[in-house]
Amino acid sequence: MAYANSGEYIKHHLTNLVYGQHPDGSWGFAHGADEIKEMGFWSINVDSMFFSIGLGVLFLWIFRKAAKKASTDAPTGLQNFIEMIIEFIDDSVRGSFSGKNPLIAPLALTIFIWIFLMNFMDLLAVDHIPGLAALLGIPYLKIVPSTDPNVTFGLSLAVFALVLYYSVKMKGAGGFFAELAFHPFPKFMMPINLVLEGVTLIAKPVSLALRLFGNMYAGEMIFILIALMYSGGWAMGIFGGFLHLGWAIFHILIITLQAFIFMTLTIVYLDMASQTDH
Amino acid sequence: MNFNATLIGQTVTFIVFVWFCMKYVWPPLMAALEERNARITEGLAAAERGQKDLEQAQAKVSENLDEAKQQAQEIINQAQKRANEIVDGAKDIAREEADKIKNAATADIDQQVNSAREQLRKEVSGIALAGAEQILKREVNADAHAAVLDELVAQI
Repeated sequence: MAYANSGEYIKHHLTNLVYGQHPDGSWGFAHGADEIKEMGFWSINVDSMFFSIGLGVLFLWIFRKAAKKASTDAPTGLQNFIEMIIEFIDDSVRGSFSGKNPLIAPLALTIFIWIFLMNFMDLLAVDHIPGLAALLGIPYLKIVPSTDPNVTFGLSLAVFALVLYYSVKMKGAGGFFAELAFHPFPKFMMPINLVLEGVTLIAKPVSLALRLFGNMYAGEMIFILIALMYSGGWAMGIFGGFLHLGWAIFHILIITLQAFIFMTLTIVYLDMASQTDH
Repeated sequence: MNFNATLIGQTVTFIVFVWFCMKYVWPPLMAALEERNARITEGLAAAERGQKDLEQAQAKVSENLDEAKQQAQEIINQAQKRANEIVDGAKDIAREEADKIKNAATADIDQQVNSAREQLRKEVSGIALAGAEQILKREVNADAHAAVLDELVAQI
């Protein structure tokens, strides 16, 4: 695929493959940002959905296989690795979550591995899979689902729903309201309290989603910028190669860290929601 | 950032994944891990028990050994005592036997000495008689002088 300039290259790499209804009533893939905007809310990012579901299924398939094979004998190879992850998650949950809830650990495991796998797509070269897809006639393809705010907000909103659910369940509707309304100032300043605590509450899912999205988006952007250097002649290309390697190695840390942060904060938020005494 | 139905799709997908994980992935793995933990704990406890048993057995063994040594010593002492007794007894018997033999020999010697003396006496009295006959050159009535001769013989 040829690009008119680097701006177009970057824009192309940051555009999702969107399926939705065109203004004229026909259904199909959007070509360009304008068409995406015209489709409105009821359209779907096919690439994000495809890769996130694919990676999620891969994760569940591997772990389900390990779960079936799990026995008390000494584990080997992949089994050992899976069990190591399970123990790591279990330790994290035990460390941060004070109550007893059978949902928390599987939730944390799903979040950690799924986000890690979605982030990991960032390490694949930015042009290979989209280039291949272009040959097959797919105009746009963003292979890193976590650089799509829809994906990160989808996760964080589910977590937020759980936070609200457990807040109401453990403290009661009144207790939850009291927590929002009677802190940190005395009762007569209730409106101020509500605003403050409301912002704190809303900030949880927003910060969760934006932190992950921002990190991944920025990382992807830098990969794209480095990839641009390859078209800048020999010297720039070689320099870009080193940069690419360095950034990729550093990024291994970032993708793991982001997955871990998302998981830990989810556990902590749910712990706060489940605590009855404030 | 433009939001669209992907948001809902992701939330639903996420819920399905978590549900699957909670139902089919986490419990069996956790159960296996806990079971293995229990097994390892049990194994360690068993090892410790075994160690303790071994120590006890070793203590018992050394105790038995000491006892056996003591018993052996006792037996040896008894045997020595018995041997001494036997030797002493044998010595006594030997001494007695020797005494008996000595006494018998002494009696025998005495008897022989006596008979020799008797014979000698008789011979001496014969010689003395013959000497006296020759000296006196006359018949000596042996019967008449028997008393004198007997006295003579007794003096020898």
